Amino acid sequence: MLRIECPHCGARDEAEFSCGGEAHIARPKEPDKLSDAEWADYLYMRTNPKGILAERWCHTFGCRRWFNIERDTVSHEILRVYAMGEPRRESGT
Amino acid sequence: MKKNKRYSIFSLARNARNYHENWAAAWRSPEPKPSYDAIIVGGGGHGLATAYYLAKQHGITNVALIEKGPIGLGNTGRNTTVIRSNYLWDESAAIYELSLKLYEGLSQELNYNIMLSQRGLVSLAHSQHDLREIERRVNAIRLNGIDSEMLSMAELKQLIPILNLSPNSRYPVIGASIQRRGGTARHDAIAWGYARAADDRGVDILQHTEVTGFRIQGGRVEGVETTRGFIAAPKVGVAVAGHSSVLADMAGFRLPISSHPLQAMVSEPLKPIFNTVLMSAAVHVYLSQSDRGELVMGAGIDKFNSYAQRGSPPILEDILAATVELFPIFSRVKMMRQWGGIVDVCPDASPIVGKTPVSGLYLNCGWGTGGFKSIPGSGFVFAHTIAQDEPHEIAAPFSLERFSTGALIDEHGASGVAH
Ligand SMILES: Cc1cc2nc3c(=O)[nH]c(=O)nc-3n(C[C@H](O)[C@H](O)[C@H](O)COP(=O)(O)OP(=O)(O)OC[C@H]3O[C@@H](n4cnc5c(N)ncnc54)[C@H](O)[C@@H]3O)c2cc1C
Ligand SMILES: [Zn+2]
Repeated sequence: MLRIECPHCGARDEAEFSCGGEAHIARPKEPDKLSDAEWADYLYMRTNPKGILAERWCHTFGCRRWFNIERDTVSHEILRVYAMGEPRRESGT
Repeated sequence: MKKNKRYSIFSLARNARNYHENWAAAWRSPEPKPSYDAIIVGGGGHGLATAYYLAKQHGITNVALIEKGPIGLGNTGRNTTVIRSNYLWDESAAIYELSLKLYEGLSQELNYNIMLSQRGLVSLAHSQHDLREIERRVNAIRLNGIDSEMLSMAELKQLIPILNLSPNSRYPVIGASIQRRGGTARHDAIAWGYARAADDRGVDILQHTEVTGFRIQGGRVEGVETTRGFIAAPKVGVAVAGHSSVLADMAGFRLPISSHPLQAMVSEPLKPIFNTVLMSAAVHVYLSQSDRGELVMGAGIDKFNSYAQRGSPPILEDILAATVELFPIFSRVKMMRQWGGIVDVCPDASPIVGKTPVSGLYLNCGWGTGGFKSIPGSGFVFAHTIAQDEPHEIAAPFSLERFSTGALIDEHGASGVAH
């Protein structure tokens, strides 16, 4: 069971949250100019590291707000909680 | 080491006389050669079956199968062994039915009892929508020549008397379908049987050997770096399930795969009480009873990415709640063991079997929650793809390119429950 520190409410059990998957996937600025391969990369290809992953979570059964975390996919340790829109750290992922 | 001999009633009797202390090893443990004609990475069912069919169907016997641990302890040894071929789309029907047909002859072919038990697989409907959906599937499946039928409520009651069919339950059961050829098999036997048969044809099974990188020159693979040194081969097939993205990363391309825990558990052994496999998409559990009498149950993935081979308790709670909803009689049964495996989930819930951006490097992954049933068929078409450097026609729709062309094979609804 993960204990996740919601930036707005505090630490709560995983069961209150929904995982939104990989963070920082930016919607293409000029969709008309994308090749099929670029679309595939945006829509389907995923960073799936054995190690630190930046991902989005939503406190669904709480404040219902989204935020980002950095989590180790082997130990499940949560290393950082930060706001949507805040950039990822250079190190790590 | 003694040569691996044919198993029979006579070999059993002979070895019983010696208190079973003189059985020969089922496969050798050779030193790696500097080079092979082909390398398969990953000693789960898919890798082992591929190595076997490379040797048997294509005469390519100078093959190394490289596994970082002991063979068969990844998802192949952790799964709940449900086998079926009742998939909606033609592409899936072709590969899963090929697999089921191969399973039906596999004990004989491998001279290894895989304990295939075609006890029938029942899917429940709990709403009008579910009912129409399973009727549509039954018809689509039959059009592909695969057995599938609707069950009346009376037939369902007769087949599974302990199932809660009360109209007052939280999600009343209103109908069901069945694939009578569906069922279970022994997972370890699939891994060990293919390993023994592949070894017999000359394949070197290299356990405790981890692939740490690929040697790639001018877009062509030349071999693999391992914890036991470099091993050369012009063709390398990768079947590492949950670790597929890690290996793709070593080869320099991206995959549409996320790795998630999938959990399962078994109860204490009970007297025989339940002789089919049952799955419910809406109440979300699937269940069978093993030959030892344990109830085997599972459901969906944990939603977050993980490589930890364990999941979170909320999923277990859901599985148990669903089990008790369908089978109130099991409410006091004790659970014995729980575990997780790391499954490789694709956006369309279909596998990737084929070529990669690196020539000579082939990929077999994305089976996610449901690739035990497909081991023989997948190994068969993947071996062809590697041998011919051209996708087998059954594998062709499952290419990595489908994510650029848009020809996805959406099997999310495949009989509802995830596996
Ligand atoms: C709990 C659970 C229940 C399931 N239930 C069902 C079911 O009822 N029916 C069904 O059809 N499917 C089911 N599945 C799915 C099924 O188990 C898998 O799809 C299937 O076993 C995958 O086989 P595989 O050979 O691809 O992978 P695995 O058996 O996982 O084998 C991959 C191997 O690759 C090795 N490897 C990884 N990295 C390296 C490396 N760098 N170098 C060397 N070796 C490496 C691993 O050690 C592992 O042994 C279930 C899975 C789980 C976890
Ligand atoms: Zn909150």
